[in-house]
Amino acid sequence: MQKRISTLPFKGTPEQEARLLAAIEAHRADPGAVMPVLQEAQEIYGYLPEEVQQIVAEGLNISMQEVYGVATFYSMFTLTPKGENHISVCLGTACYVKGAGDIIDKISQRLGIAAEECTEDGRFSLTACRCIGACGLAPVLTVNDEVYGRLTVDDVDTILAKYQS
Amino acid sequence: MENIVNVKINGKEYAVPAGSTILEAARYAKIDIPTLCFLKDLNEIAACRICVVEVKGARSLVASCVYPVNEGMEIQTNTPKIRESRKTTLELLLSNHDKKCLSCIRSGSCELQALCYEYGVEDVDRFKGLMQDFPLEISGEHLVRDNNKCILCRRCEAACRAQHVEVIGANARGFDTHIGCAFEKTLAETACVGCGQCIVACPTGALRERDDVDAVFKEISNPDKYVVFHAAPSVRAGLGEEFGLPIGTNVEGRMAAAAKRLGFDQVFDTNFAADLTIMEEATEFLQRVKNGGKLPMITSCSPGWINYAEHFHPEFLDNLSSCKSPQQMAGSVIKTWFAEKNNLDPKNVVVVSAMPCTAKKGERLRDGQSAAGVPDTDYVLTTREFSRMIKRAGVDFVNLPDEDFDPALGVFSGAGVIFGATGGVMEAALRTAADVLEGKDLSQLDYHAVRGIDGVKEASYEIAGLTVNVAVVSGLANADALLNKINAGEADYHFIEVMCCPGGCVNGGGQPIKSAKVRNTVDIKTLRASALYNEDSGMKLRKSHQSPVMKMLYDEYFGEPGSHKAHEILHTHYSAKPKY
Repeated sequence: MQKRISTLPFKGTPEQEARLLAAIEAHRADPGAVMPVLQEAQEIYGYLPEEVQQIVAEGLNISMQEVYGVATFYSMFTLTPKGENHISVCLGTACYVKGAGDIIDKISQRLGIAAEECTEDGRFSLTACRCIGACGLAPVLTVNDEVYGRLTVDDVDTILAKYQS
Repeated sequence: MENIVNVKINGKEYAVPAGSTILEAARYAKIDIPTLCFLKDLNEIAACRICVVEVKGARSLVASCVYPVNEGMEIQTNTPKIRESRKTTLELLLSNHDKKCLSCIRSGSCELQALCYEYGVEDVDRFKGLMQDFPLEISGEHLVRDNNKCILCRRCEAACRAQHVEVIGANARGFDTHIGCAFEKTLAETACVGCGQCIVACPTGALRERDDVDAVFKEISNPDKYVVFHAAPSVRAGLGEEFGLPIGTNVEGRMAAAAKRLGFDQVFDTNFAADLTIMEEATEFLQRVKNGGKLPMITSCSPGWINYAEHFHPEFLDNLSSCKSPQQMAGSVIKTWFAEKNNLDPKNVVVVSAMPCTAKKGERLRDGQSAAGVPDTDYVLTTREFSRMIKRAGVDFVNLPDEDFDPALGVFSGAGVIFGATGGVMEAALRTAADVLEGKDLSQLDYHAVRGIDGVKEASYEIAGLTVNVAVVSGLANADALLNKINAGEADYHFIEVMCCPGGCVNGGGQPIKSAKVRNTVDIKTLRASALYNEDSGMKLRKSHQSPVMKMLYDEYFGEPGSHKAHEILHTHYSAKPKY
């Protein structure tokens, strides 16, 4: 799967940028600095939008293309922001055969975003994850740190309502 | 004998230089190991696995392009296991390859196709599976990228990196891996300079120029259009290769003869405009020196370089000569002076140029390139496209007689000819500037220090009591390094020639494509440049300002170099552009 690129406006703060510049400074002399710097950048911003990758490219004096190539090669890097509420739907084998596919489709439809996207207001983001080790509760999803199990598509609205207020 | 190691290749002993790769060592044994991703000094990533060989004691097949030899190494290059491995690799490449080879522009010069033939790949669908379906990248004026024909050798990425442009590379991973720009932007949205070095590095049909052959044929057959052709110096140094002539063959006479047979109304030589560039540029330089203008002055003939300066070094835009490039000067003169003289409406005059360059296709559309109120140039053909026109028209190029260009703008000096090689513009300008400063016809004609294919050349010349420090760079990485040195106050020049492509225009992105096999073993740049220097040295007329065409143009039309009229028609301007 190719990574989705966020189209939401960048909301970085001067404090975040200062932290990123410090991280770049700390790694500047390291060979292969782009990996650890991108990791720190993702910790600071939650994701790696164009604006952030540009700071990394300038700071390490490498091309934007190289930064982007690394960011899209490794699965741990994401180009979309996390919402205030991050929904993770397990698509592991057990959950999948128990209908997790229908559940993620329903959430996607309700929020108007696809997997690996964030709503425009920044309230929700959605991701498909692999087995979280709760197969007994299949199908299962998490919202932030809350786990919801033995779901049907009819549970989706109730769960979303809890976080929409 | 420390510098020699003894190896066995296919059972026979050879002494080869220490530090050689197996690929290099095999050449001593007259063994040609096939490669796809490898380009000497440019791309050494051992990704394609075509060059695999057996080394005694090694766990598996090794990639010979990067594997160094050592004392006593025993190498096999032609075993059933190797042949089978190479064939399987080819079949796997074909499993996700657009195989419309019949209509592919690289059919016949495709390195993948050649290897499939050599290795007897009969079933091109041996591995059937999911195929990628990428849209064509057509955002740039100069090129088309078809990722469905890409084999991910990454030679284009390496060529782009070597130019310090670095706007293309491999995105994503695994089956999704594809060549693209950061954030999947189109090439037109990036700082791509249009040099086309990616195209000449591509082993398949994944990269090609935007083809204007049909459009030009259509203009020629339109009775309402007056179609004027002119060809750059480097085209004559490369065109013959497309017809099987040896690299470095100068086909000037046959080129003119071929263009006439295609039906153009006038066939000129861009060299007259190169002479004109020198008249204006040398004058501009002398004025800058006299009036305390911005120095160093930097040449502006190479549109790839201009794009690079605008995107990456806008702090030097005031240093650029305001002269249009020879292509654009040629178009300007054809649509003003020539049109007026022949009672032609510039709107009905179509100017077609043949260039060794892909960036010229974009230069045509730049702001400030419409001297007669219409674009100075209408179509830019690369050397490759021009050869396609000749072939399509059924012209027997190799056996053509030598013919002259049409006389109106077909006379030129040797100074104009050498524009195609790195250092040529500088030498041409020095020939004229020195004469003007000294006020006499000097016998010094050859400025050897600025010749040759080195990426950076420096020299100082004493001219009329002035010390003129010059630098000549080719390849944008060298230009970048030089400009950084100037910014750091570590270098001081009066005049700099920059050519975008390594070795100058003879090695441009529009020139005939040579396979890796040739690129890795032959000095193409020097051979092509020698065709131009040989022509220059055999000419009587070797200084731009002595050309009768120059005298005529200035007497009849422009007045004197640097005049108001010359500025309106022959000069242009630049603007800073974003890097991202």
